[in-house]
Amino acid sequence: MAESTPPIVRIRNLSKGYRRGTQVIPVLTGINVDIDQGEFVALMGPSGSGKSTLLNLIAGIDTADEGSITIGEVEITHLSEGELARWRAGNVGFIFQFYNLIPVLTAFENVELPLLLTPLKRRERREHVEAVLSVVGLADRMEHYPSQLSGGQQQRVAIARAIVTDPEILVADEPTGDLDRASAEEILQLMDRLVHEFGKTVIMVTHDPRAAEKAHLIRHLEKGELSVS
Amino acid sequence: MGIPYSYSFRNLWTRRLTTLLTASGMGLVVFVFAATLMLTEGLQKTLVQTGSPDNVVLLRKAAGSEVQSGVERSQAALLESQPEVAIGADGEPLLAKEVVVLINLKKRVGDKPSNVVIRGVTPTSLKLRPAIRLKEGRMPRSGSAEVIAGESIARRFKGGGLGETIRFGMRDWRVVGVFDAGSTGFSSEIWGDADQLMQAFRRQAYSSIIFRLRDSTAFDSYKARVESDPRLTVEAKRETQYYLDQSEAMSKFLNILGMVLTVVFSIGAVIGATITMYAAVANRVTEIGTLRALGFQRKSILSAFIVEALFLGLCGGGLGLFAASFMQLITISTMNWASFSELAFSFTLNFSIVWKSLLFSAVMGLVGGTLPAFRASRMNIVEALRAT
Repeated sequence: MAESTPPIVRIRNLSKGYRRGTQVIPVLTGINVDIDQGEFVALMGPSGSGKSTLLNLIAGIDTADEGSITIGEVEITHLSEGELARWRAGNVGFIFQFYNLIPVLTAFENVELPLLLTPLKRRERREHVEAVLSVVGLADRMEHYPSQLSGGQQQRVAIARAIVTDPEILVADEPTGDLDRASAEEILQLMDRLVHEFGKTVIMVTHDPRAAEKAHLIRHLEKGELSVS
Repeated sequence: MGIPYSYSFRNLWTRRLTTLLTASGMGLVVFVFAATLMLTEGLQKTLVQTGSPDNVVLLRKAAGSEVQSGVERSQAALLESQPEVAIGADGEPLLAKEVVVLINLKKRVGDKPSNVVIRGVTPTSLKLRPAIRLKEGRMPRSGSAEVIAGESIARRFKGGGLGETIRFGMRDWRVVGVFDAGSTGFSSEIWGDADQLMQAFRRQAYSSIIFRLRDSTAFDSYKARVESDPRLTVEAKRETQYYLDQSEAMSKFLNILGMVLTVVFSIGAVIGATITMYAAVANRVTEIGTLRALGFQRKSILSAFIVEALFLGLCGGGLGLFAASFMQLITISTMNWASFSELAFSFTLNFSIVWKSLLFSAVMGLVGGTLPAFRASRMNIVEALRAT
């Protein structure tokens, strides 16, 4: 009998609320979910359902009120702010709706940014950046600034930046939300390739049913509670 | 490794108009700061260059300057015979008994009167100041009512030019020569025969005795001996020290004036830098959130914005220094309060002023950028990313 691998993301009794004055507005209530390695999960739900909050908590840029999140072997809910920053640098890749590239840096420099937090030497960093820009098909646009690239190309640079440190998890918040249909399709294919070819685990928040179709699993969030479809 | 410096520098370049305007404000302050230092440096350089370290000036005890001093003829004779006095090639002691008097002359431009130093000299006076050379005309004849004028006097005062006549001491004195004293205080003096001038001004005592030391290292023992000699009431100073002391009061005044102006202006410039940096932070909230999400720590964000503010300050410093460097072309004249006479000098820029100005501009940038940088570093990542 084959040994089953433990899930890469384990979330137990997770709750999160936002304080407005003296009132606490619950966003997530008692969430329990496991995500396996190499899975492509889409989080869907109406606005305000807490899907971005859940994504932020998994990515370690927000903190939970209750419950635990374990990524791999690390329970990130117990990490301090500095430890979380170091953990994010090595373990999570971010893909944003509006790409969030640094406008004054070239495509190469944008992709190199996460590597500046590693002990890699300049030459090694260059090799890594060139390799991932080739993967996303932008090896010839390394010296271009974001303003010189189309939306689809900018998102590909952002994906290259997300994978350059070889993290296990990629979190994507509406990655196709700002793109035309053709560019969105290219980005989704690229993300699918990252899952199948490179074994990445992708957790994507989306409103777009066509984007969600690419995922292995669609999870719906409604009123802070999770369901599977 | 933190956020690369190119990030900070290129952001300044991207907002170049704002950068230029803010840096210009800071540049103005650095200009005032550097110009004040250059003025003080110019004054000190002029006065210190006036003296030679091997020369000793003897004045009456507690007299701050030659104008206030008086050395009796009997004391002068005693001082002339001291063994420390160097002997010239002609076998005569290299010692000059000089008399200094202030007269009032009108300037060529504006007709405004100003005090001018008349120095009664002996032939040895020139040997003691080898840097001085006659540029035009000839030396005054002994026993005649003739004088030579420093270049600055010849150029700026009525009657100071070659062949012109100046009236003082109830006599008319003809200018028979113009001397070049470089950028020293002697340029602002008129020299004549010491005996003639003493007669004209009814002086019984010399103002000062200047001599060359036979052995420069013997100064301290000479000073101790002369100043404790009960027959003498003189004080000995190296000539360089004497002129440095002359510049002290004015340097202090210029420094205080300059620093007060600089401090007042710098408050405005720092506020300008703070506003610029707050605007920079407000425009880059999403970038800050992104960098933090990628794993950069708060301190990396803090240092990136502080580096940006430092660059901004240094740009201002560069602009201010560039403008201030042109001040070297200007020579100004003012009253030297130690001698109550007119003194001409130039703004002088040196390496020490350059680094002090750049340091000052960097400090302004740092002070202006600290609060905005703290704000940037303390942003909540999720809220910053929502600002997209």
